Formats: sequence, structure tokens, C-alpha cells
Amino acid sequence: MKKYVSFFRMRFSTGLQYRQAALAGMATQFVWGAMEILLFKAFYEADPSAFPMEFSALTSYIWLQQAFLALYMMWFLEREIFDSITSGGIAYELCRPLDLYSMWFARNIANRLSKAVLRCIPILILAACLPKPYGMLPPRSFITFILFLISMGLALFVTVAFSMILYILCFYTISPLGIRMVAFSLVEFFSGSVIPLPFLPDGIRQVCEMLPFASMQNVPFRIYSGDLSGIDGYGAVSLQLFWVVALIILGKWLLKKAQIRVVVQGG
Amino acid sequence: MKLYKKYFGIHFRSAMQYKVSFLLTTIGQFLVSFNIFLGIYFLFARFSSVKGYTYQEVMLCFAVNIMAYSLAEMFARGFDMFPSIISNGEFDRILVRPKGILLQVLCSKIEFTRIGRMIQAVIMFFYGVKTSGITWSIDKVITVGFMVIGGTTLYSALFLLYAAVSFFTIEGIEVMNIVTDGAREYGKYPFDTYGKTVLKIVTYLIPFALFQYYPFLYLLGRNTNPVLIILPLASAFFYLPCYLFFQIGLKHYKSTGS
Repeated sequence: MKKYVSFFRMRFSTGLQYRQAALAGMATQFVWGAMEILLFKAFYEADPSAFPMEFSALTSYIWLQQAFLALYMMWFLEREIFDSITSGGIAYELCRPLDLYSMWFARNIANRLSKAVLRCIPILILAACLPKPYGMLPPRSFITFILFLISMGLALFVTVAFSMILYILCFYTISPLGIRMVAFSLVEFFSGSVIPLPFLPDGIRQVCEMLPFASMQNVPFRIYSGDLSGIDGYGAVSLQLFWVVALIILGKWLLKKAQIRVVVQGG
Repeated sequence: MKLYKKYFGIHFRSAMQYKVSFLLTTIGQFLVSFNIFLGIYFLFARFSSVKGYTYQEVMLCFAVNIMAYSLAEMFARGFDMFPSIISNGEFDRILVRPKGILLQVLCSKIEFTRIGRMIQAVIMFFYGVKTSGITWSIDKVITVGFMVIGGTTLYSALFLLYAAVSFFTIEGIEVMNIVTDGAREYGKYPFDTYGKTVLKIVTYLIPFALFQYYPFLYLLGRNTNPVLIILPLASAFFYLPCYLFFQIGLKHYKSTGS
């Protein structure tokens, strides 16, 4: 366990180095959030009765989404891992007395956390200072907040466990670009980052909420804003737990199969 | 111009060398903007209109914006590469050649994979044209043409500005992306959807509304002032300060020595 913690620490401190990029990222996220809220406000004004969640819940959702972008965006993958697989550098990794899956997993979590830590606080503070309909509200209750934190953690695990599968698929095809692009688009839409899932029509929405993608950012943000509460909230968190376990098992199995047939072509 | 055609041919042939890779990237481009389309589709399935615009009208607006962006990106992609051209010393080589600097930068990269986005824009465009209930007359056709031309010019000007900034910083600055990517993302709806403040910014500061919002009103027949037909071309004036800035940057230029 200690080895993986140190891998985590290494990645985390490297990630903290890129402060300038974080600043640019923050500015972008802030503008994005503001535009998104203005857009939904226009829709809200067009027909308030058709709005599937409270407007304040939506603003909280959008600000959280922008603040924690680095945690849940699928395309924040580590290029180095792909490169090590395609270039054969993986041979070194395989020599180490470490479990490849756990090592990559720890690295990915650290990478995402370090990016998010730099960015989230200023965005959240700014968002909290904005006037009433645009700003972010504090969580409804202490219990909601605790459930939100648990759900955030699980969502991060689901996201990383899914990206692990993308890395591992790289063993099977030489040109993984196509798979990656399809996966990005799928995740982006079904995790509710294009539009929040409650905005989808009934029927489609229920199906989407069962998919692993909905267990990514959709659940914690909706718990925070009170859109998912009570039984629904606990149900969604249990579903997240299920997907974490299922995706990790699938990933480990795929990796084991890949490791048996891996051929490193010299060099 | 002849030189540009030659470069165009070269880039086209080199893109065709990797057909599968080309195809996949094109599909990827298509999928990314397809998500945006789905977002609009499902929002309009729930709300029938926004600020009085119908789904079909928004489609038309979205299509024109995306078309302008992808055309600009396809042809002015060289500017995007500019920070790396400067930092790897390639720019010194450009300076000693007896041809226009801008032309050479422009020719250094032509991105054909943007076709993916373009195809989608064209499909949505025809859908919008057919169903939006606009009665098409010659002046409206001209207006649409000008909208695309004006938009392409404006986006290219912004890419040029981006290149000019890198004279001073060597690295490109990411903040510029807020403007270009932001307009691509949020220009899908007519700009007055976002309220008055945003409309003012995109009218006076960075004139996106000149090619997107105002002529669009003319298309829909909500404003019949004929000035709006040629208004998109006015956004070309934005090219001027960007060009000047590039020239100033050029004077400042010191080779990185690599």
C-alpha cells in the first residue's frame, strides 16, 4: 500500500507545478459557467413550468461542474500511459514488483486531484459571492454535505476505473484513437456534462441514470443541490458503489488477459 | 495565390497518406459537435422556444456559426501552430524566404479533418433553411453568404491575434481560447439569448454579433433594415488591429536561437 501512496504523492506534487495553466483554466471555467447559466436562464424564462429542477439547483450544479472539471472530465487522460503501451516502455513497468493496475489507478487519481485542488477553490468562492439567482448556495444540511462528499469520492473512482479500461484497450488495438473519441463523446453526453440528465425526456432519462456514466458527475452534483435527496440519493450512491466495483473488476480482468499475451518488440 | 494552391495540394496529399487516421479524426470531430447538437435537440424537446426563437431557427444560427469556425480553422490553422513555429526556430527560416510572411505561416498547416464538423454544419444548415419558414429571396441568400464570410474572417483574425501574442510570450496563452472556443460553443444560440451585457460585449468588444446576431434578425424578417445585409462584412475591420498587432510583434521578434 505504501508504494502506491508514494506514487500518489509524486504525481500530486508534479501536478501542482502548473500554476499558470491552472489560472487560464480557471478563467475559462468561470466564463463557461456564467454563459451556461445565462443560457439556462433564457430557457427558464421561456417556460418555467417545463424546468425539471429548481433554478438554484441548476446553478449549483453548473458551478460545481466547472470547479471540479478536472476530476470528472474524461479527456484528462495521461498520455504517458498510452505512450508507454504503444512504444514498449511498458516493459520497465512490468519489471517492477508492483501491481500495474493499482499503480496507474493511484497515479490517475493523484493527477486529477492535483489539477482540481488548484482550480476549485477560487471558482467556488467567486460563485458563492455572485448575487442571488446566479450564485451558488451552501448545502442544504450537514447530512447532505456528507453524502455529497462520499458521492464525490465514488464518482472520481468510477471515472478513473472507466479510464483504466480505455488505457487497457490500448493493448488490444494499435490505433486506439477511434475508441477513445467515441468513448469521450459517450461519456460526455451520458454523464450529464452537455446538459444535466434531468433535462432529458422521460424514458431516455431513466435508462441513462442506470448507466455507469451517470455515476460520474451527475450524482454528487445533484445530491449537493438537493435535486437527489432521501431514498433517491442513497439509491444513487449505492449504484455508484456497484459501478466502482464492477468497473475495477472488469479492468483488472482485461489487464490480466492483456498481460499474458503482451509482446514487447525489442528496442 | 498560385503558391497557396500548391501548398493546398501538398497538404491534401499528405493528409490522404494516412487514410484511416484521417477518417477517424474526422469522425471524432463529427461526434464532438454532434453532442452539442443533441444538447440543443433535447432542450427544445422540453421547451418549445427560447427568446422567441424556434428549434429550426436556432439550428440555422448554429450551422452558420460552426461553418464559419471550421472554415477558419481549416485554413488559418497555421496561426494556431505559430507558438511552436517560433519556439522551434522555424520562423527564422520563414523570414529569409522571399515571400509574404503571413502567407507562409498560413500555408504551414491546412487542417482537413475539420471536414467532420463541416459536414454536420452543412446538414444542419440545409435542415434549417428548409424548415425555418424563411421565405428565401435574393437579398437573404446574399445575407447568409456574407454571414459565413464575415464569420470566417473574424475567427481567422482571432487566430492571427493569437499568433501575434506569442511573439511576446513564446508560449501561446490559453486565455485566448476563451474567446475563440467560447464563441464557437455559445454562438450556437443567437447572442441576445444570453442577455444584454453579453450582447454588448460581442457587439463592441469582439464583434461576433455583427455576423451572427444582427444579420440573423434580418433573415428572420424581424428587422428589415437593409444595412444588416452588409453588416457581417464590417466584422472584417477587426482584422486591422490584429494585423497591426502582428506587425508590432514582428518588430519585437527575437529568435529563440534554436
